Amino acid sequence: MDLSFTPDQEAFREEVREFIRTQMPPHLAAKAAVDGHFEHEEVMEWQKILYRKGWVAPHWPKEVGGTGWDAARRFIFSEELEKAGAPTLSPFGLAMVGPLIIQFGSDAQKQRFLPKILSGEEAWCQGYSEPEAGSDLASLRTTAVDDGKGNFVVNGQKTWTTYGQYADWIFCLVRTNQTGKKQTGISFLLIDMKTPGVKAVPMLTTGHTPAFCDTYFDNVVVPKENVVGPVDGGWTMAKALLGHERTLIAAVGTSTRALIRVKRIAQEHGLLADPAWRGRIARLEIELEALRMQNYRALVGAQLGHAPGPESSVLKIRGSEILQQAMELAMDVMGPSCMAWFTPPGVLSPSEQWIPSAFNYTRATTIYGGSNEIQRNVIAKWILGLPAQA
Amino acid sequence: MDFELTQEQKMLAESAASFAKKTSPVERLRKIRSMPHVEGVEQRHAAKADPRNWEPAVWKQMAELGWLGLFYPESVGGLGLRFFDASLVIEKLGTTLVPEPYVASVVLAGWALLKAGSAEQHAKYLTPMIEGETSLALAWQERGSRYDVTSVKTVAKKSGSGHALTGEKVLVLNGHAADHVVVSARTEDGALALFVIDPKSKGVTIESITTMDASRAAQLRLEGAEGVRLTGGDAQVALEWALDLAAAAACAEGLGIARTVLDMTNAYLKVRKQFGVPIGTFQVLQHRAVDMFVQTQLLESTAILAAVRADEEDADERRRAVSIAKVRLTAGGKYVTQQSVQLHGGIGITDEHDVGLYFKRMQVLCTLFGDDEHHLTRFASREAFATTVGE
Ligand SMILES: Cc1cc2nc3c(=O)[nH]c(=O)nc-3n(C[C@H](O)[C@H](O)[C@H](O)COP(=O)(O)OP(=O)(O)OC[C@H]3O[C@@H](n4cnc5c(N)ncnc54)[C@H](O)[C@@H]3O)c2cc1C
Repeated sequence: MDLSFTPDQEAFREEVREFIRTQMPPHLAAKAAVDGHFEHEEVMEWQKILYRKGWVAPHWPKEVGGTGWDAARRFIFSEELEKAGAPTLSPFGLAMVGPLIIQFGSDAQKQRFLPKILSGEEAWCQGYSEPEAGSDLASLRTTAVDDGKGNFVVNGQKTWTTYGQYADWIFCLVRTNQTGKKQTGISFLLIDMKTPGVKAVPMLTTGHTPAFCDTYFDNVVVPKENVVGPVDGGWTMAKALLGHERTLIAAVGTSTRALIRVKRIAQEHGLLADPAWRGRIARLEIELEALRMQNYRALVGAQLGHAPGPESSVLKIRGSEILQQAMELAMDVMGPSCMAWFTPPGVLSPSEQWIPSAFNYTRATTIYGGSNEIQRNVIAKWILGLPAQA
Repeated sequence: MDFELTQEQKMLAESAASFAKKTSPVERLRKIRSMPHVEGVEQRHAAKADPRNWEPAVWKQMAELGWLGLFYPESVGGLGLRFFDASLVIEKLGTTLVPEPYVASVVLAGWALLKAGSAEQHAKYLTPMIEGETSLALAWQERGSRYDVTSVKTVAKKSGSGHALTGEKVLVLNGHAADHVVVSARTEDGALALFVIDPKSKGVTIESITTMDASRAAQLRLEGAEGVRLTGGDAQVALEWALDLAAAAACAEGLGIARTVLDMTNAYLKVRKQFGVPIGTFQVLQHRAVDMFVQTQLLESTAILAAVRADEEDADERRRAVSIAKVRLTAGGKYVTQQSVQLHGGIGITDEHDVGLYFKRMQVLCTLFGDDEHHLTRFASREAFATTVGE
């Protein structure tokens, strides 16, 4: 039993810190210091900096442009980025479709898509959810019909497509076969957003950011070579994807940062001298520390090559709950000024500026990526072995 | 970072698990526990109740297994391991509510003796306990002192070569059975000091009381009782450290309890039928069980944190870790045991069902050695609290 990182790992941590300190451009660093909200171009700017350093895909194998880091280094890397408040790179290319193409794609697909995912030249979005297919994803209806001329013709609607308006490509689950169980007959299709008939219509979130879109497909012609893996075999691949990077979903770094910000705001409002406020903040910090230990245990398991064990199944649930509680605490600490909404500079302190918006958006963390209710269903079935629901 | 148990640690945990199952299943506690008499209700086991509430023969057996000196230096007869190793044993003892006073005698009183006593005093009081010949108690709490070890009104007056102690101590764990009791008192110059008393000596009155968790403790009255002052180290440091170690032990024991009731509840959900189906098919109960599982996972994480830090010299790190774990024990441990009663329905409220025994022990563990409020305040009062998170 040993709770410390090795000197080697600590040295790596220092290297990452030094990199962030020296390589993050001042205008990004200024935003990061107060946890500003980053615009799409700013995120892409940061991606290019990481790309030049060779650090843009920590979880990809070296042969295809990844770092080849072990689980501990990946963890340290992401923890330091989160703690520094660096822009969060879009996960859709780097964390989702990239690994899927690496695992299941053809050589042609690898050569065509991976380099541009790394460089950020092409941005991706995820087309899974539909108006009638959320948690029950397999009931999706968007169709792709073989036109006999080497193409699929796609019709339907995807929804909640995060940053669809900025994306060059979308990876979709589409129905290529209407017979059999609903899980069969689903294919994994890559679609160029510039193809005629594709339309992404942004929607405002409650945080008042245009973070997601409705995406419409009207007779969109897609070459058959854009199917990843076997036709009608998309479901198993899509599920395999969900297992990636489980230890990172606890968002320990993000919550740590949120809590530091809570303390800073509490200091600004003169609340830290009050034992009641200190107690409230302490309670959440203790929850976070428990999660941090839990995350370490999962991480070390991954490091040893164990399949994700029971330790990792709780990370999404607790991680999302704690982040929400941290944002809520930040709102409470702000007091009456938390009602200010996108005010000009000077009304709120820089630390406070994005809290009300982020507080709203953070409610999504228990919904997306498999809602917490679905996560509980999964644990009930696969870990506790409870019988199927009536 | 490394969370794997060594081969030796795995064997230790296995032998403790098998001891709990074979030598001391919950049935044994039921036989020897003390129960207040209830008019009109048959008391099947009351006649056999042991006034100690535990058995010296079993204690001796635990000594022979090396458990009573696991984390004590070899110079006092221990095995020279770390407290973390003991936490593995304590967790298993928790799974069947083994009544021997491991935490009270080995962890709490033993550590106070180790840190405050001289080598000669170790040989006299600590070594026989490690050998299983005696048991110890630490009398630190007084009426109204709650969890403050410095809130001491008991006085020690110089008398001949020793001291004469006068005062009252409450809820002394194992105080009803101990061969030596370590007592905190203020000397004439106001200093906090620790003394060893012989409970059978003149001026000592011991009233044995039952506690909620099917156990016993003592109210201790001292009227000029003779005490030997511990002279090896600072009394306050020793007391605070002993309480931290005991709090970490409570977290390990609580983990054992949480795991046990989670398993019991999960099994019950699969066999108990209502509305023609196992109640485990109801989603609301499934999610409750999942939350019990989540809490148990987190209890494991923080119990490890506390156990690893508890015997480290760095007092700041130790306090921080122990307080995190103890606050978590109250939140998670109570949730798991309360929900286990709820999900058992009416049978969970009967004395016959084990779930209630675990529930009560957990409640006691949550208050022992600093409750939620105490540890939360201590955590939030650290100097680093205002500016940092996670260090
Ligand atoms: C901010 C945000 C960004 C998103 N980005 C994307 C994206 O980029 N691409 C994409 O494809 N999707 C995206 N999603 C969609 C997301 O994956 C879905 O919202 C999610 O799967 C839930 O589906 P739903 O919204 O249809 O809710 P529903 O499935 O209708 O769920 C409604 C409620 O019912 C509960 N529920 C449903 N089924 C069960 C059950 N069996 N047992 C118990 N409770 C149940 C849910 O937990 C929820 O509380 C995003 C969502 C949000 C909020």
